[in-house]
Amino acid sequence: MALQPLNDVMITGDQNNRSLDDAIASLILNQRRHQKGWWMLFLFGVLGTCLMGVSIMWLLYQGIGIWGNNVPTAWAFDIVNFVWWIGIGHAGTLISAILLLLRQQWRNSINRFAEAMTIFAVMCAGLFPLLHTGRPWVALFWLFPYPNIMALWPQFRSPLMWDVFAVSTYFTVSLLFWIIGLIPDFAVLRDKATKPITRVIFGIVSLGWRGSNQHWHRYEQAYLLLAGLSTPLVLSVHTIVSYDFASSIVPGWNVTVFPPYFVAGAVFAGFAMVLTFALPVRSFYKLKDLITDRHVDWMAKITLATGLIVAYGYMLEIFFAWYSANPYEWDMANNRRYHGPYAWAYVMLIVCNIVAPQFFWIPWCRRNVITVFIICQLVSLGMWLERFVIIPMSLTANYLPSANRMYYPTFWDFGMFLGTIGFFCTLMALFIRFLPVINIFEMKDLLYKIKTAHPTPAIEPGHEPVGSEA
Amino acid sequence: MNVNETNEKPRLDLEAIRAKLAGQTGKKYWRSLEEVAEQPEFQLWMDDEFPNRSTIMQINRRDLLKFMGASMALAGLSGCRSVFLPEDKVVPYVKQPEELVPGKALFYASSVVLAGYATGVLVEQHEGRPTLLTGNPDHPASKGALDSISQAEILNLYDPDRADNVTYLGDISTIETYDVAVRTELEKAATTGGAGLRFLTGSVTSPSLAAQIGSLLKKFPNAQWHAFEPAGRSNIYDGATLVFGKPIEPIYNFKNASVIVSLDSDFLNATETPGSLRYARDFADRRRVTGKTGVMNRLYSYESGPGLVGAVADHRYAVKASEVYNVALALASGLGLSVPAATVSGPAGKDLDAVVKDLQANKGQVLVIAGKHQPAEVHALVFAINEVLGSFGQTVTLVEPIDVTADSTKVKSLKSLVDDLKSNKVEQLFIVETNPGYTAPVDLDIATAIPKARFKVRFGQYEDETSKLCDWHIPQTNLLEEWGDARSFDGTVSFVQPLIAPLYSGLSTLEFFGRLQGKSLGGYDLLRAYWKQTGLGGDFEKSWRQVVHDGIIAGSEAKSVTAKVTLPVFPAPKAGSGLEINFRPDPTIFDGRFANNGWLQELPKPLTKVTWDNVVHISTKTAAKLGIDIDDTVRIEYKGRSVEAMAFHTPGHPDEAITIHFGYGRKEGGNVATVSGQDGGGFNAYLLQTSDAPFIGTGATLTKVSTNTADIASTQGHSPLQADHVFDDRDIIHDWTLAEFTTKIDDILKEEGEKSKEIKENNLYPEQIFQFDGAQWGMTIDLNTCIGCNACVTACQAENNIPVVGKMQVARHREMHWIRIDRYYSGTDENPAVTWQPVACVQCEKAPCEPVCPVAATVHSHEGLNQMVYNRCVGTRYCSNNCPYKVRRFNYFNFSDNQPNYSEQVEASFVGNANIPGPIHIQHKQGIPLLKMLNNPDVTVRGRGIMEKCTYCVQRINEARVESKKTNSPLKDGDIVTACQQACPTQTIVFGNIADRESQVSKLRNDPRAYLLLEELQTRPRTSHLAKLRNPNPEIKSFPAFSKGGES
Repeated sequence: MALQPLNDVMITGDQNNRSLDDAIASLILNQRRHQKGWWMLFLFGVLGTCLMGVSIMWLLYQGIGIWGNNVPTAWAFDIVNFVWWIGIGHAGTLISAILLLLRQQWRNSINRFAEAMTIFAVMCAGLFPLLHTGRPWVALFWLFPYPNIMALWPQFRSPLMWDVFAVSTYFTVSLLFWIIGLIPDFAVLRDKATKPITRVIFGIVSLGWRGSNQHWHRYEQAYLLLAGLSTPLVLSVHTIVSYDFASSIVPGWNVTVFPPYFVAGAVFAGFAMVLTFALPVRSFYKLKDLITDRHVDWMAKITLATGLIVAYGYMLEIFFAWYSANPYEWDMANNRRYHGPYAWAYVMLIVCNIVAPQFFWIPWCRRNVITVFIICQLVSLGMWLERFVIIPMSLTANYLPSANRMYYPTFWDFGMFLGTIGFFCTLMALFIRFLPVINIFEMKDLLYKIKTAHPTPAIEPGHEPVGSEA
Repeated sequence: MNVNETNEKPRLDLEAIRAKLAGQTGKKYWRSLEEVAEQPEFQLWMDDEFPNRSTIMQINRRDLLKFMGASMALAGLSGCRSVFLPEDKVVPYVKQPEELVPGKALFYASSVVLAGYATGVLVEQHEGRPTLLTGNPDHPASKGALDSISQAEILNLYDPDRADNVTYLGDISTIETYDVAVRTELEKAATTGGAGLRFLTGSVTSPSLAAQIGSLLKKFPNAQWHAFEPAGRSNIYDGATLVFGKPIEPIYNFKNASVIVSLDSDFLNATETPGSLRYARDFADRRRVTGKTGVMNRLYSYESGPGLVGAVADHRYAVKASEVYNVALALASGLGLSVPAATVSGPAGKDLDAVVKDLQANKGQVLVIAGKHQPAEVHALVFAINEVLGSFGQTVTLVEPIDVTADSTKVKSLKSLVDDLKSNKVEQLFIVETNPGYTAPVDLDIATAIPKARFKVRFGQYEDETSKLCDWHIPQTNLLEEWGDARSFDGTVSFVQPLIAPLYSGLSTLEFFGRLQGKSLGGYDLLRAYWKQTGLGGDFEKSWRQVVHDGIIAGSEAKSVTAKVTLPVFPAPKAGSGLEINFRPDPTIFDGRFANNGWLQELPKPLTKVTWDNVVHISTKTAAKLGIDIDDTVRIEYKGRSVEAMAFHTPGHPDEAITIHFGYGRKEGGNVATVSGQDGGGFNAYLLQTSDAPFIGTGATLTKVSTNTADIASTQGHSPLQADHVFDDRDIIHDWTLAEFTTKIDDILKEEGEKSKEIKENNLYPEQIFQFDGAQWGMTIDLNTCIGCNACVTACQAENNIPVVGKMQVARHREMHWIRIDRYYSGTDENPAVTWQPVACVQCEKAPCEPVCPVAATVHSHEGLNQMVYNRCVGTRYCSNNCPYKVRRFNYFNFSDNQPNYSEQVEASFVGNANIPGPIHIQHKQGIPLLKMLNNPDVTVRGRGIMEKCTYCVQRINEARVESKKTNSPLKDGDIVTACQQACPTQTIVFGNIADRESQVSKLRNDPRAYLLLEELQTRPRTSHLAKLRNPNPEIKSFPAFSKGGES
């Protein structure tokens, strides 16, 4: 059976401004729309957050020793989780900034969602570099260049120092981007609100937005500036995270391909995670007209494309290990993939990250939400395994064979990981319930453009979306 | 409250006080008559916080408010500190002693006694606290080095588990009560001449103690002295009796030995033989090669278990312990002695002719030595072989036994004591130091025998298994708290002097025996009186001061005796059947007496690198035959008894045999000694040992109980990651045979030069990194002389306040030792060659750890040290990841405060494998945080979450630099000695200024054998390693493969 080609309609059904308001704003204004599905997510999230809380308390009380880290494997789940979360946080800014600059209109229905995910993922990620230090109570401020009478500064040569700046900048800019984008929608919610309390709250956070020309002008200027600012950040954050490894002398880490390969991997994981949340939300809240199958299709394609870049990275890793003629690198390459005790992790990673996304070549698989969802789960797992393969496994085998030691995680390693997943779900649940999950005014703008361009549903080049002028 | 009532002082009962004072002996201070009278009011007065205040009602309102205000303010101040930290009490000197400068360590000569034999030490003392034991360079048994067990004595001193009270039937009693009881008993014993009086001691070499026991025995002519050492040397004396007719002690001189044959002797190990440090030194001196040429001795080792000697041997043969007799017979008959013929199977037999030829060719420079566990016949043969090879007077000196208990006609065995006990002949039993309740062979059934004595006293440092069998336990002082003497391996009299007042109430051995004679004198008086009587030559006062200062009586070594071997009739060798079982003392905790010592428990055992446990050593082939894998729990059945143990494949172990070590499975004797299960503790090998075949038995069976259930914590290998061998393509170990090295040295140098040149050409860094015109520190480690004895590991631990982490943490690979001795096998699993490679921080000039630290906690000094700033460290552990040598250690928990806690780790069942130390607390005893007193005040104690590593003992460098600046005299080579270097018996480690072309370290760094570990990484280490050389017999082809065999 041949599949019907999808038309490029980015909003389906008979929509007008009111129906858009109803579809999106009512998620906040009509709390009855949140049913069992939301409560399940929230409950899972809260339980996970509790686990995270307990894990952190126990960690602060006892020390890093509750984890399985050792010498030589001084970094393990802590940094695996950090890199994984940071990677997930990548899709948001990519969608909101790069796709904005590339004038990809289809981003409008998922950018809010993706940005929220970015912020929450970076929050989860940010926990790890701080908590994985032996003395987080001093690491909290010694890692920042604050003036002090001892004239002691951080060491700017250290990639960890670069991390601090990269991640904190990324978080700040993403947060600003997200909040600024929310202001017009807050105004809509204020205007639509029936309950006084809701009106007051959204009245305050909408910062007196009246939708005047001047407001829109300022808004678009700011939005574009921030988009320009975040674009390099998308590339820089994970590049810098990869420097933690690439600039070291650890066999298996010291690979020049890491920066592009990490960025691609991050986008890969990020899109998988956006789909992981977008698919259930769109089905629970009947938003299929706004996040259409075409959107899913586009995202699956990006996942496939980035997945291929990642696969290329894997090949290069092996190639460099061989081409360098460095016995340590070559032993590491073999140890990881072939005779090492964790070789199963590498096989699983290849299955998840390279084999699974190939199904996206088949259009049916891209449009079937079940296959998309399953493949996205595999990709998330695969990307986690990728970091596991890179980080602890490179450390278990060393230059001096006498230092070779196995690494085994403990309950608390998994506790922290599951805990942050719960924390992330809690934040996502609260976001879905109390903030507009889809950008209302951009959808209206899009609808207007679609309608004015009728009957052609596609956006002609030259019809600029909001904020792309300047 | 009735003021008058509380303030009324009851009348003192002066009569009672007089009576009390009259009953006292010796010096005893009392503060007031009330104290003497022990009135309850005095106790109240003592307990009262403000004894001289009136009641609160007598204070007027204004004063009360003043007090309240003041106390509030003070409460605030005290809150700053005592909430978080223990309260410190500082008592300044009112009159400072003349020789004492606070912050400056003092050193005193003393001795550490192991199984009777003394090794001279210098004790470092900080403000009255002994903190470190180092070898006494003037002492013949030490020459400045010190083994791990002797160094760890300092931890025993501060052990909170040491017995601190006189107990009677488990209840606290007093020494006075004991004195009364003893007096009554001895009066009773005197009526029969002491027929029921028995003393049981370990080996005794102390002249003063021997004299004391002798005079006791004179007083009680029917009394009997028994001696028992679980890993004793009686076989040697028995062997000597076979050939000489009387016990004779051989002392070896490795300096003169060009060819050495070890018949299952581990003469480099302190648990094997007294004088091992000296032997190691002399042995290594004959292997030292400098420059392009050199001469080395040759060592053949026939070995029945994992040992240090086999690891350094040029030819090692794995031979069952029972077959060593065959080897000895074959050697003897090969040398023309008329002994029964014997065949030796395997490679050992094949090469025997070549060995005999080598021995004959080197007559007069040959040394044959047998292990103390080998039967008397082997020792007899060894005496005969040494005589025929002309070794007597050259490499072997014969002396009268140093050990007073060696003569079995005078000092009876444990077995005869048990026989007497069982036939109810023993009335009074005094057990001194030795712990037969744990160490006696199981067939003696000591637990039912000892209680048969009517009056039984145990004198020892710990309330252990034996104490539980006795009525009285009298605490013994530590060596560092008492006066005493002992003789070293060559007979030199060595003195023990106290460095600190006894931490607990206790008696020294001299004082204990003194009291039995009614002399309640102090140890000093007893010792002095003995030597005054014996005489020290010349003016006694002067000589006394001299010997106490030196720690030895110079020239007091035993006089050699001439003895002639008369060959007895040797029994024909028996073919052993069944699985052979070998009992050996543990290489770290000896016979179990050091089981409560965390340093020794955590010290990786040589070769196996196992910590905290003993295991069943078994060869891979035999294990495969029995279907046993490493980490399986197995049951050893032997003579109808069985124990469960953990199996461990030991490469090079002979087939059809197992080796088990004593010392574990303790039931009493301290928190650390009695750990069990996941915390270590092993199994009790004494439960299988029988008195008829104490060290070698046959007929054991080994069955698997469960698969992979044992959890052995080992610091190297024992993982799927192949940590035992150097991969072929890695250039980590440099080794050659001596012949190869001397003939091809120029080619080797050329090749290495080209390699270094290539590395230098590919270098982005400038050739000279440091532009500092001062000292540049460096170190060399000679793989050729390293014997893998671990002395440096313990020295580093003691010097640098390195914590003990416990078995669970070692299993998690979090041991904290700053220096480790890597052990690489090469060749076959059946009989591999071993290479030791000590690795500590190599102080890279371009240290990869430095640029990655985000807070600059690890930085370079202008003298080339890679320094760790503990206070600045936040614990990202990036430096450890980026260290190619993996020498950095991280405090994953608050290890330093958990020192006494290593056994108290809580196993939360739901946590799976994660193990968490129990609540953090400092173990106090009598209000003193004892283990903290052990800390070296010159070295920071690291807390949780901090990275640490070797600093080249920077505290010693700094102290020497300060001294040199103060005296305005430049530092000389050898002024600074690192702790590892100081302890090393073979002078493998050399430290110094590499900028000084004339320093020893500079010369060694430029030696043809010197190489930089992982030079290709451009880290530019300041520590160089020197290649290992082996000296195989060219006639022997079955030469174990090397890691870089044949390469030139």
